Amino acid sequence: MTRLRSIFLAPPAVLMLVTIAVPLAIICVYSVLSRGAYGGVELPWTLENYGRLIDPLYGGIFVRSFALAGVATVLCIVLGFPLALYIAQSGARKNLYLSLVILPFWTSFLIRLYAWMFMLRDTGLINTVLQSLGVIREPLPMLYNNGAVVLGLVYGFLPFAVLPLYATLERLDQNLLDAAADLGARPMAVLFRVTLPLCAPGIGAAAILVFVPCLGTYITSDLLGGSKTILIGNLVQNQFTTARDWPFGAAVSIVLMMVAVLMLFAVRRRGEELL
Amino acid sequence: MEVILELRGVSKDFPGHRAVKQVSLDIGRGSFFSLLGPSGCGKTTTLRLIAGFENPTSGEIWLNGARIDMLPPFRRNVNTVFQNYALFPHLTVRGNVEFGLRRAGDAAERVRQVLEQLQLLGKESRRPAQLSGGERQRVALARALVLAPDVLLLDEPLSALDPQLRKQVRAELKELQRRTGVTFLFVTHDQEEALALSDRIAIMSAGEVEQIGTPQELYQKPRSRFVASFLGEMNWIDGAGIRPECVRLSCDAGRPGTITHMTFLGPHRHFTIRLEGGEVVTAQTAASAEHRAGEAVHVSWDSADELRFPL
Repeated sequence: MTRLRSIFLAPPAVLMLVTIAVPLAIICVYSVLSRGAYGGVELPWTLENYGRLIDPLYGGIFVRSFALAGVATVLCIVLGFPLALYIAQSGARKNLYLSLVILPFWTSFLIRLYAWMFMLRDTGLINTVLQSLGVIREPLPMLYNNGAVVLGLVYGFLPFAVLPLYATLERLDQNLLDAAADLGARPMAVLFRVTLPLCAPGIGAAAILVFVPCLGTYITSDLLGGSKTILIGNLVQNQFTTARDWPFGAAVSIVLMMVAVLMLFAVRRRGEELL
Repeated sequence: MEVILELRGVSKDFPGHRAVKQVSLDIGRGSFFSLLGPSGCGKTTTLRLIAGFENPTSGEIWLNGARIDMLPPFRRNVNTVFQNYALFPHLTVRGNVEFGLRRAGDAAERVRQVLEQLQLLGKESRRPAQLSGGERQRVALARALVLAPDVLLLDEPLSALDPQLRKQVRAELKELQRRTGVTFLFVTHDQEEALALSDRIAIMSAGEVEQIGTPQELYQKPRSRFVASFLGEMNWIDGAGIRPECVRLSCDAGRPGTITHMTFLGPHRHFTIRLEGGEVVTAQTAASAEHRAGEAVHVSWDSADELRFPL
């Protein structure tokens, strides 16, 4: 039995080791080495890469990344919750609606972001239509700003919020909602006093699933944010490409990851307190 | 009797079947009324219609002189003790009890009283997960009673308790009803519970009310074969029903048969007798009756004790 188990567990264990643990270890080592002249890394060992992060320039990038990821997360949950609630209560059509939620995954995220660019840019669908209808004279600046990045993030990660919220709402004991109404609570009071508090673990899971990838995003900000909106993800990407400063890029990734892990623990702690 | 709750020809259809058929009943203020019947007889649906979780397909429900059948649950002055109690897991005992009060502060004294009445003082800050089954049931009762409902609806509230606790809680429940004076509408499939607790009982079967009466009336004067068999034990001989305690055993008078089984039950004995015609009769006698298994006896009863029903 144990042998059979180890036979089946070995491939995924090796895969995890090779694709997660080893690259992570490499990044850790890179982050404490010095920059090579044409990219790459060389000796001596140093902690200077982490020290450079104190620069207010990078502080600004971190703050902007957290702010945009935070706003996108809140919007995903605020928009995703009613949707998840509706799906959870729609009986036989649940599965249809759930497949509609994940339908966008069938197309590449990159292509979908290009579609947004075609809609949002000055000569794009929305501006052209509004101009030809005479609603506006000058095109609205909808692309290459923070708003466009948040829109892209919310669009891309909404399903990651809807799915855990749906899972929690679907398991919610209908008797508890009946009991609340029985004790005199109106539908809105039932929502805020019973449904939402009991969904706290699902909301926490949704927040993590949306916030963490939003924090590290670079495609969305690259395509929709233009050159003005540099986020942590773009910073890391630049260090490994144009700037050829691998150790600094590695240090930024490590810090980003540590922050994400700390937040994960904080949310889990809070979830356990509630239950 | 002052009627507090009245059902007039209430029916409820679900897709494919009619769960409740033309149920009419009235419940007196301050009384303990039970809906008794086998599972699936429509008693819980009837309770849900009164609470407002379902709306009747036809018929009317009147509470305290006002028609309530189209009101949402939060507008009806009835409260429910759910079968699994449905306590809010994210709230403490106090949070659960205060849930239905508009401003908890104003009712602090009332909350304290109810907590005391249900022996929950000192447990206010616990979560439902930290309570025993009996305590959870008392929180469910406290949460409902603190709102002083016109009628308290109880959906098999004893079924989630373990059997040893059930009898004790049953007595406490009756005492609570007597002390608070609140009208209790109790749903159960357990005839012993219903007989022990109720002032009046409605026996339901297949969505219909078979008979309404006091426990004694239902036991002694059942109006249908279903009621007669459902409440207590019944022998069926030549189409007539005879209670085991009305059957007499003797050496010479009545129908001949053989005792196949005897059970000693403390204050009385239970005999199983096979008559010569092959019918099996149960007799309950005083513990002093001197008969043994295997013995030939004669079985008789007063014709006044026979219960006959049109087929």
